[in-house]
Amino acid sequence: MTLLLQYTLIFASVLMLVALGGCFAEHSGVINLGLEGIMVIGALGGALVMRYMPADTSALVMVLTVMLGAICFGVIYASLLGVACINFKADQTIVGTALNMLGTAGATVLVKAINTAANPNDVSSVIQYVGAKKNFLVNIGGFEFNWFMLIAVIALVIAYVVLYKTKFGLRLMACGEHPQAADSVGINVYKMRWCGVLISGVYGGLGGITYILAGVSEWKFENGVAGFGFLALAVMIFGQWKPTRIALAALLFGLFRALSNVYMGFDFLYSLNIPSTVYNMMPYIVSLVVLAFTSKSSRAPKAEGIPYDKGQR
Amino acid sequence: MAETQYAIEMLNITKKFPGIIANDNITLQLKKGEIHALLGENGAGKSTLMSVLFGLYQPEEGVIKKDGQVVSIKDPNDANDLGIGMVHQHFKLVECFTVLDNIIMGVEPTKHGFLQKKEARQKVLALSEKYGLQVDPDALIEDITVGMQQRTEILKMLYRDNEILIFDEPTAVLTPQEIEELMQIMKNLAAEGKSILFISHKLAEIMAVADRCSVLRKGKYIGTVETKNTTMEELSAMMVGRNVNFHVEKKPAAPGDVILDVKGMTVASKVHKNNAVKNVSLQVRRGEIVCIAGIDGNGQTEFVYGLTGLEPLVSGSIELCGQDITHASIRKRSTSGMSHIPEDRHKHGLVLDYTLEDNMVLQRYFEPEFTSKAGFLKRGPIRAYAEKLIDQYDVRSGQGPVTIARSMSGGNQQKAIVAREIDKDPELLVAVQPTRGLDVGAIEYIHKQLVAQRDAGKAVLLVSLELDEVMDVPDRILVMYEGEIVGELDPKKTTQEELGLYMAGAKRDEVSP
Repeated sequence: MTLLLQYTLIFASVLMLVALGGCFAEHSGVINLGLEGIMVIGALGGALVMRYMPADTSALVMVLTVMLGAICFGVIYASLLGVACINFKADQTIVGTALNMLGTAGATVLVKAINTAANPNDVSSVIQYVGAKKNFLVNIGGFEFNWFMLIAVIALVIAYVVLYKTKFGLRLMACGEHPQAADSVGINVYKMRWCGVLISGVYGGLGGITYILAGVSEWKFENGVAGFGFLALAVMIFGQWKPTRIALAALLFGLFRALSNVYMGFDFLYSLNIPSTVYNMMPYIVSLVVLAFTSKSSRAPKAEGIPYDKGQR
Repeated sequence: MAETQYAIEMLNITKKFPGIIANDNITLQLKKGEIHALLGENGAGKSTLMSVLFGLYQPEEGVIKKDGQVVSIKDPNDANDLGIGMVHQHFKLVECFTVLDNIIMGVEPTKHGFLQKKEARQKVLALSEKYGLQVDPDALIEDITVGMQQRTEILKMLYRDNEILIFDEPTAVLTPQEIEELMQIMKNLAAEGKSILFISHKLAEIMAVADRCSVLRKGKYIGTVETKNTTMEELSAMMVGRNVNFHVEKKPAAPGDVILDVKGMTVASKVHKNNAVKNVSLQVRRGEIVCIAGIDGNGQTEFVYGLTGLEPLVSGSIELCGQDITHASIRKRSTSGMSHIPEDRHKHGLVLDYTLEDNMVLQRYFEPEFTSKAGFLKRGPIRAYAEKLIDQYDVRSGQGPVTIARSMSGGNQQKAIVAREIDKDPELLVAVQPTRGLDVGAIEYIHKQLVAQRDAGKAVLLVSLELDEVMDVPDRILVMYEGEIVGELDPKKTTQEELGLYMAGAKRDEVSP
């Protein structure tokens, strides 16, 4: 039971971070389909930090530098989306898809190159971080607490406050709903959209490193992040682009994802004798079903996906 | 500093675009505390002049003065800083925000980076009290009426302490009662010392509310007059450059055979479970104009959809020239002699991203005249045909037949549709709100075309919401109320008041088709 809670919380943290990132981008008016790619690149940034930091680094420094690495990589990668979609007014769906393909492929190539340079016989795309991983974990009884669970909660509070209690949030959401209205009161729509995209890079990068630290102690970058970026998009839509609802949706999806890891621990579920692949499929099937039934009543930011053109009235 | 009576002056403004002088030496002087109307047809240069005032365009010549001082306005923020605010024709409001959020957006009061909505709310409530602008600050924009949305826009300007308020065609979207209220609000604002610029082409409103009126025509400044010393006729002559006849000249009708015979038509509604059109029967004869009058939303739109084939009928039948077309396709109806000037010219009238010439042959491209036997379009004849229509119906556009329809003015888009539909030489012309949003010159033109069709022995079915049009143009009025024909009136014998009673459902006759 503790194990289920632990996995639920860590997967929910991942989904929440990434979905909140998407939420910022979409409220500013940019559809960020590239979250999957941003996660991979963010994870790469964090993993590289763990690989190169000396093993005797203190836990605090390690946690902070890994976070910083993931954030930097995520933000830089997200800025590709910003340049293409905001400055060059490219189609956001296509750019997002391209970022996803490039993310996994680019990370794989890079890690392979690094591995081969260190050891010519090593052509894998694996980064190991057995030692560094311990810095993120605190055992409380049988429960393995991960600092990223706390960071996810802080990120949630920040997202809520920024969106609803500051003038930045008000302006950001105006740009996603009615950019002409925002422009007419002197708000720089391009700037706000850049902010939205970069913040989604921060959250997406953090989500990526959280994901690869969730269970294992090495990551094979060929695998990308197994569609978690898209699950996060589903969480965002199910959460109606609202931080608090996103948190609840993330917990629900996290629970289903956790079940596939720990169902063997439950005699009842184990005795059903369902193949483990079914449990692995669960979060994806649930997201399909949930979206099929809820997307009709969902209300996305009105102007999302439409490049803003100042000249058009 | 010398005292000046003008809040804002735009002196000798000239703005040129490639191939056109949009503003040619225009002077506009707005006195403090006055309501000043800016009158002009579509395309007369009103929008360009306002864009210059808001810094969206830089004029080639001329200066702008505020309180007698020359100012430079480079972008809308400069204009805001000078206290110039505008209520746009299409509101700039975020629909899922509250009224309060929309008002404070851009000038939010904050403390330590957090929004201070409490102070803002008090200021908004005080302002709405002072000027009689009732709004609920916590209501969402999408839930409130158009009138309240407009009051929100006005409060946006007042919240920023703007002294110069510009209203761009503010009455186009309002109901008569709301227009009345707006007029009162504008007078209150002027009485409190605000200077108001009122852009419009509705003469009656200008006469009712404005102190002075400046007139533009084809980019040129025609003059400024005091409204109390002028008449609507004089203003309209200044606006269009000739005397406009508000009344349609026509000979008595000489109805012939029945062209359109609708029996018991019932059409379902898209918005509610009841039928939108209930058992409507009517006939239109050769050589007469029949008008369906009524308040918007009483089934006229659905009736036309049923008639023209855009929606299926629940029951009933339609005969055109003796031929049953109840279940005919839209193209079949069209080729059988029905022309349709649709209510929504953007949705059903034109393909906005096509060229004008392609739009001109939308219903005829398949005819041998325009398509070769192999199935290819004959561009040459299409071009020639479009040029002929453009010439004959005076459709003005930037690049003639290859102009993209979207870039044309509303009046010319409508003229293009009228040209296409009339040139098909129909037996029946269905014209739905053909003059909506047009200026007096274009309205006069379209009315003349309708009468000309009648005199040429065609049947004309007009659907209109404009009382003046209903009283003036047709030979017979059928009033529609809640999906039924509740009265048949003779425009020569009835009054607007009687018509109003039928339209409001206060009076009804049993009408036989």
